[in-house]
Amino acid sequence: MSATEPLVLGIETSCDETGIGIVRGRTLLANVIASSMDEHARYGGVVPEIAARAHLEALQPTLEAALAEAGVTLGDLDAIAVTSGPGLAGALMVGVGAAKALALGAGKPLYAVNHLVGHVGADVLRDDGSEIELPTIALLVSGGHTSLLHVRDLLDDVELLGETIDDAAGEAFDKVARLLGLPYPGGPQIDRVAADGDPKAIRFPRGLTLPKDLAQHRYDFSFSGLKTAVARHVEKLQNAGSDVPTADVAASFREAVVDVLLTKALAACAELGVPRLLLGGGVVANARVRQVAAERCAAAGIELRIPPLALCTDNGAMIAALGAELASRGRAPSPLGFGADSTLPVTSAQAS
Amino acid sequence: MAVVDRDGGVLAEVTELDTRRHAEVIGESIAFCLDAAGVAPDELSAVVAGMGPGPFTGLRVGIAAARAFAFGAGKPCLPLISHDAIAFERLGGLALAISGEAPDPAATETAAPEPAAPDPAAPLLVITDARRRELYWSAFSGLDDAGLPVRLAAPELARPAELDEAVAGSCGSAFVAEATRTDPTSTPVSAAALGMLGEVLFAAGRPFARDEPLYLRSPDVTVPGAPKRVS
Repeated sequence: MSATEPLVLGIETSCDETGIGIVRGRTLLANVIASSMDEHARYGGVVPEIAARAHLEALQPTLEAALAEAGVTLGDLDAIAVTSGPGLAGALMVGVGAAKALALGAGKPLYAVNHLVGHVGADVLRDDGSEIELPTIALLVSGGHTSLLHVRDLLDDVELLGETIDDAAGEAFDKVARLLGLPYPGGPQIDRVAADGDPKAIRFPRGLTLPKDLAQHRYDFSFSGLKTAVARHVEKLQNAGSDVPTADVAASFREAVVDVLLTKALAACAELGVPRLLLGGGVVANARVRQVAAERCAAAGIELRIPPLALCTDNGAMIAALGAELASRGRAPSPLGFGADSTLPVTSAQAS
Repeated sequence: MAVVDRDGGVLAEVTELDTRRHAEVIGESIAFCLDAAGVAPDELSAVVAGMGPGPFTGLRVGIAAARAFAFGAGKPCLPLISHDAIAFERLGGLALAISGEAPDPAATETAAPEPAAPDPAAPLLVITDARRRELYWSAFSGLDDAGLPVRLAAPELARPAELDEAVAGSCGSAFVAEATRTDPTSTPVSAAALGMLGEVLFAAGRPFARDEPLYLRSPDVTVPGAPKRVS
């Protein structure tokens, strides 16, 4: 094995994306994703059993496609890495079972890695020549997670500053889209409709930002109350027989989410003296999130890093990258008995 | 998990009965079997995967691992219906395959059988636990000339109270009355039987099963109605 540039294949199945990525050290060779999103659309959210079934069917074709894209064979690999958590248990288990068997069949070492730390690690795969600088604050926002991290070392020193205490931000987008009569997934739909709306039309609440909440939940998030506030607003208009100004509601809702996400992230940068912010997770696809992050970081003198979108959404390449980091630092592979851990804490880059 | 050989018999087998630990144990089970059998992955001819019927999560872990191990080792992954392996074992096909003898359906008529010896010509109703107070079942008429179980109907799902009616519907009431039944509370699938069934099928030039998991149930989900009002 090349000690500094190990060739690693990563397997990601924590939610509705079957991702297989291949990296050589910090260089991306392949990033193939099969999504079951369309199958979940009619249910308005990810259905765990449907996601797990889809992973089983997609795994081998995705694996073959990634090897072909990278132009390598299984025999060439130095190691395999797999997401062991956090995520949907039944979905994770498909990847974990397959990864162990693949590693044994091909005779390769296996690393069980943390999905959220993988999102941070994705940044090392950027092809613009820039290197991630640590420490950094990382804001990870997706349909399943909303987490604020203080990353001093990718493998050994990741601190969870806060996370959502109820819905994930992406979930709030899905739920609000539904009550506005928009299809799933809600993020792109809200973004589309909000383009013509006034973000200041309605002042929706910013969860956990009042002084009494900040004492307990300095860096935590809450989006459940916001969703209910939007529902109340819509119902009030409907009861009065008025038209619902969908564009204004969407824009104002989105503004409330973006505001609270970035207010807390920048507060963490300021209070912890860390002049760097990294964004990750599928919600980063949201144009307004990126725009407000750029404006506020520029104003505060904070360096903003956003990996390419294909590395922000769930993918196997970020898992491979984290595996490569573990391998190149000489870490021992994971013992074969590890399981899927749906609540794996972010402090464990490598599961045991 | 097992390693079997057409000539050498069952080289290694391990069974984990804890139904909540499939993902944890699958790697160690593969490693243990290979080690105990003294066989490297590239020495295998193929990997046989039991496609169920079985409840969701465990079945999926097994199939995912079988396919991935085969892919990793560069070997074919051959799908089989898991109930066929149970029938193969219960009807004596496994024992015959290991001893290298041909089945003799007339044996029970011409010679006094051992009290516990399986009867290769006896109808067998394989019943396994599908959880949620339901059962998976498959009907077999016995072993054929090659020592392979003869399936009468595709595996199905039934509530216990409706099992006899369902079986009679596809196999006749005589079958229901005569068939020996497996106990759904204690009918694990032997991986050794699955592997040896694969060997015998291959040797006899018979087709394998379709390469799709037999959940026999739709995912648990309902299409949501209108959003609930909050005020």
